[in-house]
Amino acid sequence: MKDVREALMVGRNTEGKLVRRPISPFMLGSAYQFQMSSATSILHRITGVGLGLGTLLFTAWLVAAAAGDSAFSLVQALLASWVGLFVLFCFTLSLFYHFCNGIRHLAWDAGKGFELPAMHRSGALVIAAAIILTVAFWVIASFIG
Amino acid sequence: MAEFTLPANSKVGVGKTYKAPAGATRVKAFKVYRWNPDDGKNPVMDTYEVDLDKCGPMVLDAIVKIKNEIDASLTFRRSCREGICGSCAMNIDGTNTLACLKPIGEVKGEVRITPLPHMPVVKDLVPDLNQPYAQLRSIEPWLQAETAPPPDAERLQSKEERAELDGLWECILCFCCSTSCPSYWWNGDRYLGPAVLLQAYRWIADSRDEATGKRLDALEDPFKLYRCHTIMNCTQTCPKGLNPAKAIGKIKQLMLERQG
Repeated sequence: MKDVREALMVGRNTEGKLVRRPISPFMLGSAYQFQMSSATSILHRITGVGLGLGTLLFTAWLVAAAAGDSAFSLVQALLASWVGLFVLFCFTLSLFYHFCNGIRHLAWDAGKGFELPAMHRSGALVIAAAIILTVAFWVIASFIG
Repeated sequence: MAEFTLPANSKVGVGKTYKAPAGATRVKAFKVYRWNPDDGKNPVMDTYEVDLDKCGPMVLDAIVKIKNEIDASLTFRRSCREGICGSCAMNIDGTNTLACLKPIGEVKGEVRITPLPHMPVVKDLVPDLNQPYAQLRSIEPWLQAETAPPPDAERLQSKEERAELDGLWECILCFCCSTSCPSYWWNGDRYLGPAVLLQAYRWIADSRDEATGKRLDALEDPFKLYRCHTIMNCTQTCPKGLNPAKAIGKIKQLMLERQG
């Protein structure tokens, strides 16, 4: 479907000739400041994608387990490597962030937490909780072995 | 569609620098977005050095001074200079606000001024607002009632009913909020945006209006309402301190409630 706003991208100059108008700068970070609002929202998107990819990885692990010893030990070795551990760390961080921010979204859906100070508090809380839960998870995991 | 960079004709170049006059005591640089439909060139950022000791306290004072004393071709909208008309809405220092309400002293370093984000530019700081205006018309922002008013009085409200409209009627339609919303940048062809949805809720919440069902029907759409993902850039940026995100949340709640 064509963007209807395309019609407004054409204007006339002083002589009445058609000219193509520029679109004003908008990019987050360079033109529009990152704020608690947009930062926590875009992190929710990114971690959501991360969860999708992580679930694929988890499926690959299960498929390898069903396929037999050699396939499973290969995937196990990959996941135990530095790269594999980093990917798993990102997966758990995504999981905890998306989970905590999901609760924040549930509160909004229930009509709570829309005031600016509340939004800033809950955003900081979600980021802190995601980091603490992820670190706690890995500390416990390393003790269990 | 979601795009993350500016198209080739919109990339912003470096423009001219207008130095402060000799003997200026407190110099502040203003980098201002310039685009002229007559010269066939890309937009640029011109730098104007202004002596703050000879300038009023607000960003609007500075750009009026620039237009009067340095460069008469600088184009922008302004009218009331007290935050009630909504004309001088622009992006200042990375956030949308009204130039007349933004103290220069709040900005550290040089003051970057660009038009409201992701809008077609008419000239310099003047964006084309036809899209949000058309969207505002689409929500029919006027009182609709089947019942005739009492023959000898106005349609009355209790104090509580009137209080429901507080935080809604104050909106001046400057569109700082809509143009701060990433979802409106990327879906603004069909998503109504926070300013228009706040107006929609202003009539839904009005005890005298009898078209609530019709209004909710019109908003029951994957794009018009539900492209709001509670990013809350709108509430963060509103120069009048209103809360469009909360108003949209209330519409979503009403949608759920009437499903039973």
